[in-house]
Amino acid sequence: MVQAIVFLPLLGAILAGLIALFGAHARNPSGDEVEHHGDHGHGDAHASAAHDDHGHDDHGHDDHGHGPVEPAAAGSRGAELITTALLFVSAALSWMTLVDVGFMHHDMRIPLLPWILSGDLQVYWTLRVDTLTAVMLVVVTTVSSLVHLYSIGYMDEDPYRPRFFGYLSLFTFAMLMLVTADNLVQLFFGWEGVGLASYLLIGFWYQKPSANAAAIKAFVVNRVGDFGFALGIFAIFALVGSTDFETIFHQAPSLTGKTVDFLGWHADALTLTCLLLFMGAMGKSAQFLLHTWLPDAMEGPTPVSALIHAATMVTAGVFMVARLSPLFELAPNAQAVVMFFGATTAFFAATIGLVQNDIKRIVAYSTCSQLGYMFVAMGAGAYSVGMFHLFTHAFFKALLFLGSGSVIYAMHHEQDIRNMGGLWKKIPYTYAVMVVGTLALTGFPLTAGYFSKDAIIESAYASHNPFAMYGFLMTVVAAGLTSFYSWRLIFKTFHGEPHDEHHYEAAHEAPMWILIPIGVLAVGSIVAGFPFKELFAGHGVEEFFRESVKMNPHIIEEMHHIPETIAFLPTVMMVLGFLVSYLFYIRRPYLPVELANTQPMLYQFLLNKWYFDELYDVIFVRPAKWIGYQLWKKGDGFIIDGFGPDGISARVLDVTRNVVKIQTGYLYHYAFAMLIGAAGLITWFMFGFGGQ
Amino acid sequence: MTTWPILSVTTFLPLVGALIVYLSRGDDEASRRNARWIALWTTLITFAVSVILVMRFDPSSADFQFVEKANWLATGITYHMGVDGISLPLVILTTAIMPFCIIASWKAITNRVREYMMAFLILETLMVGTFSALDLVLFYLFFEGGLIPMFLIIGVWGGPRRVYASFKFFLYTLLGSVLMLLAIMALYWNGGTTDIPTLMHTAVPRSLQTWAWLAFFASFAVKMPMWPVHTWLPDAHVEAPTAGSVVLAAILLKMGGYGFLRFSLPMFPLASHDFAPLVFTLSAIAIIYTSLVALMQEDMKKLIAYSSVAHMGFVTMGIFAGTMQGVAGGVFQMISHGIVSGALFLCVGIVYDRMHTREIAAYGGLVNRMPLYALTFMVFTMANVGLPGTSGFVGEFMTLLGTFKVSIPTAFFATFGVILSAAYALWLYRKVVFGALVKPSLMSMKDLTFRECVTLFPLIALTILFGVYPKPVLDMSAVSVQQLVNNYNTAVTAVKAAALLQ
Repeated sequence: MVQAIVFLPLLGAILAGLIALFGAHARNPSGDEVEHHGDHGHGDAHASAAHDDHGHDDHGHDDHGHGPVEPAAAGSRGAELITTALLFVSAALSWMTLVDVGFMHHDMRIPLLPWILSGDLQVYWTLRVDTLTAVMLVVVTTVSSLVHLYSIGYMDEDPYRPRFFGYLSLFTFAMLMLVTADNLVQLFFGWEGVGLASYLLIGFWYQKPSANAAAIKAFVVNRVGDFGFALGIFAIFALVGSTDFETIFHQAPSLTGKTVDFLGWHADALTLTCLLLFMGAMGKSAQFLLHTWLPDAMEGPTPVSALIHAATMVTAGVFMVARLSPLFELAPNAQAVVMFFGATTAFFAATIGLVQNDIKRIVAYSTCSQLGYMFVAMGAGAYSVGMFHLFTHAFFKALLFLGSGSVIYAMHHEQDIRNMGGLWKKIPYTYAVMVVGTLALTGFPLTAGYFSKDAIIESAYASHNPFAMYGFLMTVVAAGLTSFYSWRLIFKTFHGEPHDEHHYEAAHEAPMWILIPIGVLAVGSIVAGFPFKELFAGHGVEEFFRESVKMNPHIIEEMHHIPETIAFLPTVMMVLGFLVSYLFYIRRPYLPVELANTQPMLYQFLLNKWYFDELYDVIFVRPAKWIGYQLWKKGDGFIIDGFGPDGISARVLDVTRNVVKIQTGYLYHYAFAMLIGAAGLITWFMFGFGGQ
Repeated sequence: MTTWPILSVTTFLPLVGALIVYLSRGDDEASRRNARWIALWTTLITFAVSVILVMRFDPSSADFQFVEKANWLATGITYHMGVDGISLPLVILTTAIMPFCIIASWKAITNRVREYMMAFLILETLMVGTFSALDLVLFYLFFEGGLIPMFLIIGVWGGPRRVYASFKFFLYTLLGSVLMLLAIMALYWNGGTTDIPTLMHTAVPRSLQTWAWLAFFASFAVKMPMWPVHTWLPDAHVEAPTAGSVVLAAILLKMGGYGFLRFSLPMFPLASHDFAPLVFTLSAIAIIYTSLVALMQEDMKKLIAYSSVAHMGFVTMGIFAGTMQGVAGGVFQMISHGIVSGALFLCVGIVYDRMHTREIAAYGGLVNRMPLYALTFMVFTMANVGLPGTSGFVGEFMTLLGTFKVSIPTAFFATFGVILSAAYALWLYRKVVFGALVKPSLMSMKDLTFRECVTLFPLIALTILFGVYPKPVLDMSAVSVQQLVNNYNTAVTAVKAAALLQ
């Protein structure tokens, strides 16, 4: 059954990929002859290519993403239905697995194939299913199947749908491999696999330069995180001699107190390893310092943002920390770092979200911020609580993205909320589900987010982490900010006066393909909280998760004994945020403008995302390019070649040239040289040096 | 025991093919076609014969197999051939890559086709010979002989600066080999034989180890190439014809790594241990330095050439780590890099054949006209980046893992290659393949032909197969690598123990 869950999406990806490939090949004939215009030679072709560079960036790109209108690829509908159907099968099986594993306690380890076997390195392809994995299976396949369904409607104008669905299914496969991994290397496989799929999907509209840039940025920034992840794997292998989770967890307690000499720093082995691994998680989950790729990733089609950059891939980092909880529990310093970064991200991303105007970017920063919440729970040792938020967040954040997609669809690819307004009359269904999503996100009582988010704030308060107070404060403040920017989005989009009459008039509700998935997610955003509360954040944790995560033994108990006022604080912040937002955007719409004018520094700082992109450009990108260029021209060209082959050959030539000059062919030159020579020789003998 | 000299047949079949090409005189279209077909069939049959080697190879034995021995020159110098788990994968790589080279040259080469095919066939003999020779003199002959056809391939069928590039290539590599020849003589005087298996078990005095190691290193480091003696490679690649680049990247570069494994580590373990920090430093510098340089290249082939240097840095690092995973990873990385970089050069060759330029700026938006090409190029780009699931990952991962145990700083700095390789490879892909198709010269580009698919699709299959299931290669080399590592560590610890006693 697990094999089916994991490999059905791969099958779908391959079939859709083949359909895409055959379709594309049919449109573009083979041939190695190039017709050059008229009698142009190759040189001319080259010259015209060079000449054309100037105009390259100025024209030829449409800014709403869709390529030139082409007929849809043959078999598009087939590819859509195959991949979607397979995903639904996979999702149904996942829910069954959750029941089987979570409640019937049938954990599984299914070996598939040997992978890398060399000496004591024994890595197998193995599927591992315990409760932690089963929860992720459900999240991934459910959201993915709904997103597949949604995409049938959303992408209906795109000529390259088979490719799109192939990528979506490929992503799902990689994500499933990630969550079912039984060792760190397979986890890394899934990790990079989702990175590839994310790269391909962000750059899906490959004719847009901004999409290509965002795709590369996402991949490279993730690779920075993977740099740490890889080193973490090496460190674990060096310490334990295995990459299997079972072996690692079994041996972890014996590693406490060991130190490693890491670049002159005598680091505690477990702390170092956990920090390195966490660096990977920071990259994938877009945490503070490695977050810059996530907002740019919104260049991809909206269903992609919902699936990859909200519900599943970005939560891989959280999952990884939960999976490795037996290690993190033994490394309190690493946990402190986790909580620090989580709390910082929760606050930092929320502040940026306050002033953004692109509907998808607001939701993206919100995602970033919510991921920070999850890491706060991880840092507190309340892994199941973090997983709870991951679970509920998947529903309401996917809902918000897909709802935004529905708005964008209705507005004909307009994404700027300043150009929207008053839409609730035109698209009431979308409005309704967006409000549900917002309620869940802001933690309105009894919605899904209410249970999970409050639990995180409580866990931060109750934990004994050095950054516990910091984590608590940041998450509480961020709760208020979240409420503010979420309602700002709703008010500016759906209320007030329409700002773009033309688009407003044309706005219309999306087709059923789109409405059904967001309806299902809206239901999920409400009911995913209460029934699961005990399992994730109550007394059922022990029974439900068992060995799959190693909780801080006291955290759940202490969470239940915090003061009433503290427990009530997030709700107060939520209401406060709503009220301010209502004041700013419904009652007194001139207030935000005035505020921005009186505080230009702060406004610009937030609007420019704390200037991280500019900062990184100055300290990493440009120097790397400059160094690369200098090494090429100066290092290779001047020093190595100059003193090496070119220099030597030049000196040899100099010498021979001078030797040639001496051989003039005139007799008197030679006679003169002989005379001088003879004189010198005689002098030498006369003074007696040669005598002895 | 085999009944016929299967290894010699594999080695010299291409030479026979070259002879047949030579005998089929004439320079009209028909004779050119004949030359191509003869060359193709020769390489295919050679490959088929080498597959028999794989089937009969016993991976559970660390000894040399298919051994052939005959008197040759004077006393002590014999014609001694044989393969073990380290050389056999490289032999197969050679025989497997050659048919692709011939097919890739099918239309691209139009002048002096016969000579071209002969050069390639002779080169194949010399390369297979290098990997299977078990006598120092024989090895040296094959090793150096390989220079001549390659020199001609670059110098005759190369690009505009071919003469400069071919001489740079020739002089660079020759300089290193002269030193190696001296070391070979020294070894002969020390051991009284040039027989490699015997020498591997002959103790070499410490001081001679140092000097001989340095002399061999000079030769292999240039071949590899290691920083800072790598500058011949970008020039040679840029000027060489497509198939020449493929052979150069896929096979000739592996001779350096093979040399380290066959000579440096087993014969001079103490010197290898002493010089390991040097190799680590050079490898880490190579990985970061050349990756940064690759970032700024304007020529497709140069970019891939620099990335080759970086990937070879992983190989040298893994080999001198002297751990099981490091050495096995080094062997695997050589095979994987042979497939992937060879394929990348084929990819460049495909657009070069159409547009006759390798300048990155001349391209852009090819995916709009060449979807099959885009897919192919994507697979190999990702393999070059070391994405798990492709063969590139396994080698990189194993070498780094093996090195981490020995030298954390080296592994740390080398892992930066993971970030930088993504940056340059994806940048190249974006500039060439992605984007809108706006350049008029590219409008009439056409997708891969059947012939080109034949050259690339098997390589895609291998890249992914070895990424998911690298066991065939790892198993083939495991026992030999294990023995090598054991001997190396025994020698090193013995000396350390002796030093402690004093």
